[in-house]
Formats: sequence, C-alpha cells, structure tokens
Amino acid sequence: MMAPAQERKQIAPPTDDKRWKIVQATMRRHGHAPNSLIETLHTVQETFGFLEKRSLEYVSLALRVPLSRVYGVATFYHFFTLKPPGEHVCVVCMGTACYIRGAQKVLEDIEQTAGTKAGQTSPNGRVSLLTARCLGSCGLAPNAVFDGEVVAKLTPAEAHKRVEGWMK
Amino acid sequence: MNGEELARITDEENRIKKSQPHQIHVCVAAACLSAHSEGLKEAFVKEIKGKGIEHECKVKGVGCLGLCAQAPLVSVGSEGVLYSNVTSQDVPRIVEGLGKEPVKELQVSLNVPFFTRQYRVVLDNCGRVDPERIEDYVSLGGYSALLKALNEMRPTEVIEQVTRSGLRGRGGAGYPTGLKWGTVSKASGARKFVVCNADEGDPGAFMDRTILASDPHKVLEGMTIAAYAVGASEGYIYVRAEYPLAVKRLKTAIHQAERLGVLGKNILSTEFNFSIEIRLGAGAFVCGEETALLASIEGKRGTPRPRPPYPAESGLWNMPTLINNVETYAHVPRIINEGGDWYAKLGTEKSKGTKMFALAGRVTNTGLIEVPMGMTLREIIFDIGGIPEGHKFKAVQTGGPSGGCVPEQYLDTPVDYESLAKLGSIMGSGGMIVMDETSCIVDVAKYFMDFCKSESCGKCIPCRVGTAHMHDILTKITNGTASMNDLSTLEELCDVVRNTSLCGLGQTAPNSILSTLRYFRDEYLAHIQRRTCPAGVCKLQEQSA
Repeated sequence: MMAPAQERKQIAPPTDDKRWKIVQATMRRHGHAPNSLIETLHTVQETFGFLEKRSLEYVSLALRVPLSRVYGVATFYHFFTLKPPGEHVCVVCMGTACYIRGAQKVLEDIEQTAGTKAGQTSPNGRVSLLTARCLGSCGLAPNAVFDGEVVAKLTPAEAHKRVEGWMK
Repeated sequence: MNGEELARITDEENRIKKSQPHQIHVCVAAACLSAHSEGLKEAFVKEIKGKGIEHECKVKGVGCLGLCAQAPLVSVGSEGVLYSNVTSQDVPRIVEGLGKEPVKELQVSLNVPFFTRQYRVVLDNCGRVDPERIEDYVSLGGYSALLKALNEMRPTEVIEQVTRSGLRGRGGAGYPTGLKWGTVSKASGARKFVVCNADEGDPGAFMDRTILASDPHKVLEGMTIAAYAVGASEGYIYVRAEYPLAVKRLKTAIHQAERLGVLGKNILSTEFNFSIEIRLGAGAFVCGEETALLASIEGKRGTPRPRPPYPAESGLWNMPTLINNVETYAHVPRIINEGGDWYAKLGTEKSKGTKMFALAGRVTNTGLIEVPMGMTLREIIFDIGGIPEGHKFKAVQTGGPSGGCVPEQYLDTPVDYESLAKLGSIMGSGGMIVMDETSCIVDVAKYFMDFCKSESCGKCIPCRVGTAHMHDILTKITNGTASMNDLSTLEELCDVVRNTSLCGLGQTAPNSILSTLRYFRDEYLAHIQRRTCPAGVCKLQEQSA
C-alpha cells in the first residue's frame, strides 16, 4: 500500500502445485505490498495446513520482505504453525469459564489418551492436540473442537472416547 | 441508494413479514451452533415444507438470543415465545403449536430477571435480525442513522452528539469517545483511518464476536458514521482468525453493504466515500493493545510502542487513526438516531449508557447480557445470573487477565469504570466469570499469570521476565514449596511490573495477584504455612520435617 506499484519480476512458486495459485491471488489482491505479509501467511496456512520453510522463503521473495522478518512474524503469532498437523486435530478450550468448569482435567485426560502434550502431535501422527484461549461458547463450558466439530459440556469420558477412536 | 430506496426496502420487507404471521427464529450464534442449531434450523425448514405452509411461516437464523446456558434456543418472534434446549424431535410439536398453544415444557418464561433486568441498546436487533441479510437490518431501521448523519448533520455535529452522550470506550480503558473523535477530526494528515478493534482476546469474554456474528451491519454503520465525523475514507476491522463465524458474517455484510451503496464510493448518493477491509489477527493477545494492533495491520509483529504520540495523531502508517472497540461503534447508530441526551440519561453520572457482559462460570444463566451502567454486581450475579443451588458464591472475576477478583462483601458496588477500579479490578471488555467454593483463588491467579506470561510479547523486560518469575512463585505456592519470603518477593514483583511495563498488558498483569492477595490473603497463607489448599484443587507436597 505504501510503495508505489512497481514492475517486478514474477517470482515462481517453489513447486508446480496448483494450490500456489490461491496464495498468488491473495498477494495480487494486496498489490504484493509488504504489509500483506500476515494475510498471505494466513492463506498459505489455510491452503497447505502449515508454514513450511520453502513457503516462507517464497513469500519473502514475492513480497520483498526479509526472510528474518517473515520468520519473526510466523513465529510471533500463535495461530501460525511451522509443523504439519496430525490426521486429526483436537482443540481444547482453556478459557477462564472452561478452566473453572474443569477443562484442565479434560486436557490431562486427552494428553494421556493420545500420549502427547498440548501443542504437539502424537508419536503415531494421528492426533494433534492444541489448546485455545477461548472459543466463545463459555455458556456451555467446557468445550473442545474435534476435527472442526465443537463439542459443548464436554466430560473427560466423552473426550477419552473420541480421542481413543482416533488413535486406533 | 438514497433515503427513498431505503424506505422502499423497509416497506417491502415489512410486507413480506406481514404475509407470514409465524416467524421462527433459530439462534445460530456460537454457543447454540455448538449445540447443533444449524441442523435444527434445517429440521424446521423441512417440517414446514412437508406441511406445505411455507407461505405463512418463515424460518430464519438469528444472532444470540442471550441465554446460552440453555442452548439451542428458538424463539417464535411473532408470539413472543422462547423455547430452550430444543432438539429436532421437538420440531413437529412446535410447528403444530404455532398460532395455537405453545409447547409448555420447552418454554422459557421471559418474565424472569434474566430478561426483565436487561436494557438493550447494542443488542436491540440481536435475536431479531438475520445477520446474513442486509435487507432485514434495513427493515429494522438500519442505516437510517447513517442517512441522518450524512444528510442532516455536519461532522462536528455528529461529534457533538457523541460527546453529549457521554459514551466511553467499551474496550476497557473507558476513554471518552467524543473526545477521541474530536482529536482525530482536528489532526492533520494526507489520509486518515478508522480502525475497529475486534481482537477480543480475553478468555471468557464473547461480547464483541457475538455482536459481529449477530448484527454485523450495526458495527459497519457505526464505523461509517465515525469515518464521516473524523474525515476518514479508509477503515480496517482487525478481527481474530479464531472467530471464523464472525469473520464469515462480516465479509458477507461488507459485500452486501457495498452492493447496496451504504459503503464504498458515494455512500447514500452523497460525496462521501469510505471503504472497509478486514484484517485477520493471528492469535496474539497483546494485539488488543492499540499500538500493537496497528503494527499487526501493517503486517509486522504485534509489539506495542510507547505513547505519545497517540494513534489519534500518528497511527497507521503515521497517519491520524481513530481506533475504537466493536461495542463502542455499535452504540453509535442509536446515539445518532435518538440523540446524545437520550443516551446520557442511561447509566451513572460518570459512566453513561449500557454495557454488555459475558456471564459465565458457576452461574445458572450463563449468557450474554446488556444492562445499564450502575447496576450492582449482586444484581447481575444473583438476580440475572443466579447461583446454582447447593453452591456458595466465592468471587467474581471481571476484566479478564488484566482484571481482578471481587469477593462477596463488595458485591453491592455499582458497575462502572471508577468503582471497579477502586476495588482493584477493571471494567475491561466485559467478561464476568463467577467462581464458587470449588475454585482455588491461588490457582486462578496462577492461571491468569500463565496466560500473561505466554502472551507477553517480549519487547520490554519487566513484563517478559516479571510475568515468568511471578508465575514461578505462584507455581511454588500451589505445589507447597513456597516460603513467606517468596510471598514478599511476589508482592515486590507486582509493584515493579505494574509500574515499569511498557503497555497495558504488563501494567495490568499483576492485578489478578494483587486483588486476590487483598481479599483472599488467608488462602495464600494456607498454601504456604499450612500446606493445604482450602478448595482442594492444588496438589501440595507433604511438608518436609
């Protein structure tokens, strides 16, 4: 937005994967402005699931933002992940309302079932376990998201059942 | 688009509504969605189609109906009936009862304090308007305030009304909105920006995202009026990527508003231009701080910078920038329509108007409420919320990680900016978490410190190191290895971090400790001296001989 539009050489994406077109569309919509870095990283993550090293390098070249800054931004924000997610994703809400209503117990139980810690993926690659600050369904605490499905008034038993099913 | 065309849309909408005597509103806000209300809505549509009564019965998804505890909620708008805990098996009964007998077992009385004690300004459309149809918003008087502002008022008159209303920033700090608008309008710059802070990061707070998901046009209208008042032509809404529902509805709303000519170029056939872009946050609590938020919009890491200069003079790309919170903008249309003096009649002398709260935790009626300022905490918690039988109220936490806990003896304090600050808490954005005897106060303080520690951006040392150190000490207290020396170090740290941190995050991080030490010191002492947790939450080590 700040720099006047300049003629620039088209930077080629790292692979001939068709999905790069989606990323290119986002950058084009913002005129390849350096300030569209976060928007672009959102698109990359939405498209590929995570931010690979070569994705960061490509975005850095295409937006003319130093790689160090791209890396800095990608690691500063919790939403971005540099590691590929597991087959299934479980997000446990650790908002205050959920915490007061026993989310810690739910989380510990899932950690045990999946054999991993919050923020990591189980050794067999089946389950990624994440925590959220707040899902906004505080009225029905505690909550968790199992592969996109929000489950309200969650009990440790229910959570155990779902995650165990994934682990098989 | 002009006034006549707006009126035509309203007439057309009202005509359709009249021809359909039965209006079934299914709540499709976050809590109800997680209770499968989307499927419920489809079940209603199917049932009505099956009976062949589409012409007299309208099913629409609406925003938050408030009583999230009993989700999913369905209201029959035309008959003033509210149903709770509805399942798809109940659908035939409800449809059968339309215009006749409502289904008694599912009905919630609207004549209870939860509803009667509320006063809705921001939420007036919430639960009535279809968030995905601009025509519905227009038919409820939407964009009439913008029309009035553009055609009948000069920018200074708009600011004058907002100043008279006494509206203060609803993001937590409570800065007078009219004053801020005045500063930006007087500031000189080649371009000016209007920014909406929708980075509601407090855990346990869901006001802003609910407004955006339930009545997005109200926020767009408020922002557009603000842009006219301060002379801006570009706007940004900074919203968290974690709220996909709010983002989706906001995108739809912007698109519709542009198509209708109430946003974009030549708004409502005047010379005034204003465009709004959405910027997605990426999960950093510190981005709720205004200078950090602006850095994030510029595509950088969200770290704050010292103020002054304030964004009103030097904000986005060093241009004058007006930045307000979602709820603040949502107040504006009503203020313009009904006048600043009308609004100023609500609330207390220093805190005018109404405030939304997200009531959660150990209360019966969890949900979203809007009450006049000055209502006491006791009324909100006991009358509106209600403590479940067999439990004893212990404390209420207001203001999220920056706020504090208020114990029973201070519950008769009126809710306003100054009174809460006096108690060592803050108004904050409006999260209200009720705790009972099953919560350990020290554990809660540790929870919030853990939050502050991981959300500290790391730019200034008091916050980065201080929050980590405070968290370590709280961990020691909760596992039974702390000494009285640790407690005095903790108090000293609170003082240092509060007074020397760069931004609000660090300055308020010690609040959760300070307020709990003030009212629940004996619980800290029980952990340290007697190695016991009165609430039975913490697992303490046995005292070594």
